Amino acid sequence: MTATDYRTRADRARRAIADQTSGPGYFDLFWTGVAGFFTLLALIPLVLVLAYVVFRGFSRLNWAAFTQLPPPPLAPDQGGFANALIGTLIMVGIGALVSVPFGVLAAVYLSEFSQGQVPRWIRFATNVLSGVPSILMGVFIYGLFVITTGTYSAVAGGFALGVLMLPIIVRTTDESLQIVPKQVRWAAIGMGASKFQTVLRVVLPAALPAIATGLTLAVARAAGETAPLLFTALFSQYWLDSLLQPTASLSVLVYNFARVPYEGQQRLAWAAALILVGIVMLTSILSRWATRKQIY
Amino acid sequence: MEHTAQHTDVPALRDTETVIATEQLNVYYGDFLALRNVNMAIPERKVTALIGPSGCGKSTLIRCFNRLNDLIDSFHLDGRVTYYGQDLYQDVDAVQVRRRIGMVFQQPNPFPKSIYDNIAFGARATGLTTDLDELVERSLKRSALWEEVKDKLKTNGLSLSGGQQQRLCIARAISTEPDVVLMDEPCSSLDPLSTLKIESLIRELAEEYTIIIVTHNMQQAARMADYTAFFNAEATEDGKRSGYLVEFAPTRKIFDQPAQEATRNYVNGQFG
Repeated sequence: MTATDYRTRADRARRAIADQTSGPGYFDLFWTGVAGFFTLLALIPLVLVLAYVVFRGFSRLNWAAFTQLPPPPLAPDQGGFANALIGTLIMVGIGALVSVPFGVLAAVYLSEFSQGQVPRWIRFATNVLSGVPSILMGVFIYGLFVITTGTYSAVAGGFALGVLMLPIIVRTTDESLQIVPKQVRWAAIGMGASKFQTVLRVVLPAALPAIATGLTLAVARAAGETAPLLFTALFSQYWLDSLLQPTASLSVLVYNFARVPYEGQQRLAWAAALILVGIVMLTSILSRWATRKQIY
Repeated sequence: MEHTAQHTDVPALRDTETVIATEQLNVYYGDFLALRNVNMAIPERKVTALIGPSGCGKSTLIRCFNRLNDLIDSFHLDGRVTYYGQDLYQDVDAVQVRRRIGMVFQQPNPFPKSIYDNIAFGARATGLTTDLDELVERSLKRSALWEEVKDKLKTNGLSLSGGQQQRLCIARAISTEPDVVLMDEPCSSLDPLSTLKIESLIRELAEEYTIIIVTHNMQQAARMADYTAFFNAEATEDGKRSGYLVEFAPTRKIFDQPAQEATRNYVNGQFG
């Protein structure tokens, strides 16, 4: 290669760089526009749902809504969904109590201790479980629990939600644990820590923010579920005074009151729907906040 | 097979005790022979460098010394690895081995915990009932990090610079009072200044510890090692690389008058 060759190439390159005639990339611009447009289309349902729920539900939110029992059919703008709110919180709580220890421990086993083909099959089973329609979970707990105890109950509803949360918790915890770099595990093992100490003192603390994110997402998912509760907790017009009796929940209240011809109950259903959306959004924001503290 | 002949020439071993020795050591990953027929005796309280091209089995070898290879399912070996005459692979608890033989890794890998907790980890994990404050201070002073971090022991170890993190890892490794510290290319991800700091630290540590260091950097071996082992690799039929020890001798001899042609070519940079 001679110096002249190099000059020629350099000149050509400089001219190409300076060349403005090819325009500012219309092709790129076009496809960016198309992708942006469809993104907006995809967001429309979310915005419309939120806006409409706020529009219909907000005006009905008053002190009574949070403190009183559901109104009788012909009592416009009286009563509230206090028992349903409490029911939802209790059942999600029971669900978490059941599923979090099992789910987290299963994920620890899966990610840290299992060998060979075992983890593959467990992960596959978990995926299948998370794909099972939630109404089937309800029927399953109905057969297992409601029939044997002879009553619809908060405990049955909580278990149904727990079964629903389990695969989500296993999967997100499993993923959070696997993100922790293997060098950090080596460091602990290399320090003379046993496998168990390594997991308990290094891997789990490092993964904790990510695990918390997964747990909050599972809770948000469970709080909005209706189908599994229809078969297990049913509904109640009254205050909850035992965990072994039919229990109201926000989602079932929306389902019931949205279908009746009485305007008072319909308006309460809208308000309950707004609170339900609020709970789900709040937990999602909480999980975002936990993610912010993520280490890896 | 002339170039596979093993040549170890460590006259100084007569005056100093052997810490770790290998006898006819072959290391396999599954069926693949990663490292073959290694015989070497590593002297006490010296810096021993393992050099050689990628894939020659240097890292594999030091991971045999603290049984870290146990974590790899397909790993197995034959021959012997001994620690003061005790076979490390016969009736020995790997966890105990790792408490006596510390390790520093290629990438600085502090725990995502405070500087203090990083150092205290070993003592806590092994249930040592020592004065942790004193242990942390002593370990950080010996790793030349104390002055830089003494006012922020509660901050996360990951917030330190790369060089500081590596010195933290060294402090962590020596906090359990091991006899031997293994270092797997401890400077390869650091800038030249941090590298110099760590090198002089390693020289100091050699007064109290036996240091075995894997390095890609021949100058580094020449600067700090008392003994140097040169490993080479040759391609096997299935395209993998199988490593073997070419020559083990005092560093000066390896660089000035190597006994093997392959060693001469490598240290002179004429390596294929």
